[in-house]
Amino acid sequence: MIEVRDLTVHLADFSLGPLSFEVGRGEFFVILGPSGAGKTVLLETIAGIYRPTGGEIVVDGRDITRLPPEMRGVGMVYQDYALFPHISVRGNIEYGLKIKGSSKEERRRRVTQLAQLLGIEHLLGRLPPTLSGGEGQRVALARALAPGPKVLLLDEPLSALDPTMRERLSWELKRTNRATGVPFLMVTHDIREALQLGDRVALLRDGKIEQMGPPEELLRSPASPLVAEFLGMKNLFRARFRGAVAEVDGMKIVLTKPTKGKEGFVAIRPDEIILSKEPFPSSARNQWRGRVLSLVDVGTHIEVYTAVRNIRVLTFITRSALEDLALKEGDEVYLSFKAVGVEVIEEVEG
Amino acid sequence: MRKDAFFGLSLLCSLLILAFILWPLGGMVLQTAPSSLLEALRDGEVRSAISLSLYGSFWASALSFLFGTPLAYLLARREFRGRRIIESLIDLPIVIPHPVIGIALLSVMGQGSLLGELFSGVGVRIVGTKTGIVAVMAFVGAPFYINAAKNAFEMVPVRLERVARTLGASSLRTFLTVTFPLSLRSMLSGMLMCSARAISEFGAVVVVAYHPMTAPVLIYERFESFGLSYSRPVAVLLITVSIVIFVTLRLMADRRR
Repeated sequence: MIEVRDLTVHLADFSLGPLSFEVGRGEFFVILGPSGAGKTVLLETIAGIYRPTGGEIVVDGRDITRLPPEMRGVGMVYQDYALFPHISVRGNIEYGLKIKGSSKEERRRRVTQLAQLLGIEHLLGRLPPTLSGGEGQRVALARALAPGPKVLLLDEPLSALDPTMRERLSWELKRTNRATGVPFLMVTHDIREALQLGDRVALLRDGKIEQMGPPEELLRSPASPLVAEFLGMKNLFRARFRGAVAEVDGMKIVLTKPTKGKEGFVAIRPDEIILSKEPFPSSARNQWRGRVLSLVDVGTHIEVYTAVRNIRVLTFITRSALEDLALKEGDEVYLSFKAVGVEVIEEVEG
Repeated sequence: MRKDAFFGLSLLCSLLILAFILWPLGGMVLQTAPSSLLEALRDGEVRSAISLSLYGSFWASALSFLFGTPLAYLLARREFRGRRIIESLIDLPIVIPHPVIGIALLSVMGQGSLLGELFSGVGVRIVGTKTGIVAVMAFVGAPFYINAAKNAFEMVPVRLERVARTLGASSLRTFLTVTFPLSLRSMLSGMLMCSARAISEFGAVVVVAYHPMTAPVLIYERFESFGLSYSRPVAVLLITVSIVIFVTLRLMADRRR
């Protein structure tokens, strides 16, 4: 496991910290923050590229704060894979093993094992520039894991991939994390990735951790309006999935297609929800009954907050629609929305 | 229509400048009788001058490689105060008039100077020796190598080096296994540029060492003493040898990948 205590970094143009957190064995820890929050610098400081101005980094009980990168046992995976273009895929994966002085059989065994785990056996003879994004990132992962790091740092590992590949690789990341037991510390700016992958999520804002905890905790009780604002997505609810149906607080939501995961989140887009005073006969598959909590005029439209059982749903309506409906606080309303208006964020299982 | 006129003008200018470069060289070659070339080839003085030029340029680029590589790497990778100044200093030998370079080197390494006395104390003489010629050639050639190597290092993503470090490689090993192989081609081409510059040097060489004679010095001497037709065969021979060597090396470097 890795413990980061009161870590501060000062570079020419910005500073970071003090930051404290720990990542346990087999844990998938995600640091979520906007671009330019210093996420890469944080990882590179843990890796030993930058020297911290204060605090300490302890890995498996050993203080590594002042060690050079090669003595730390901390692996790194970059967004752009950073594969050595002049060495074959096998050579890339073997790189760290050769330095460790592993025997030829040992190297062969380890490469085979990792290549099987990540499904890249057929790529071993290729040169990195010929690989696709997903393949490249798998190789980068195998290379980082080969020498047996005590911690793996992942810098936006999914950002350069197309959506389909991102989906597939996120499952593989989690599976690899569970299979190897290596603590994974991933930084991302994408809240979906954080919710999907993180056992725990830390929100990084202006160089400090704003809040830290399991994703549902961050959603349920944001520590500050800042957290809520950064989480940003409206109507984001914890959900369980069964086939093409999501269950939120005991209510069912029909989805466009079955999910792979069993748990996760759904986000219902506010502008996709139609409000009515009577049950609304329409093609929308989902209809909830709620009570208007408040109406907020934001100029361009009206924000209507509705209580539906224990959850609070936000809806946008136009001023004329408000007049037509003659809505006021406390009114009973029906909320109708189509399956396509629901975004599904599946939690990735290892 | 206007575009066509512009294209025509561009083409005309291009042809003119190419002719300007090729005409004198071609004319010189064509006006040289093959028999006089053979004669020059048999001339021991010519042969030793050309081989001295090659020898000097080889050592100039070898020295530039040895001492210039670390500097190029530092310039490519480290941010420090005065970096821009050092970069300008490196280009200085390119802009200084060549005899001035010779005079400057003589001032610090010739007889009576501190370094000169120090060197002659251990039996190394600069003035009128091969050592002096190599020193001059390294002085004028090094900037070409250092700039090429620096650009090559800058092209290697720093993340590759950082990853190598996290995989257990020391900074030296990282350089040798990642940065160096990825820059090798540009470094070789930088060494070729350095050698080419070294071979062509006349003004500074002639100040430091009139003897032993490098090819340009010999060509100049023949021209001064005997005239155009006596210097021409040596000149043609020198550019022929240079072109053959550089084209061969360039092809070899290109075929490495």
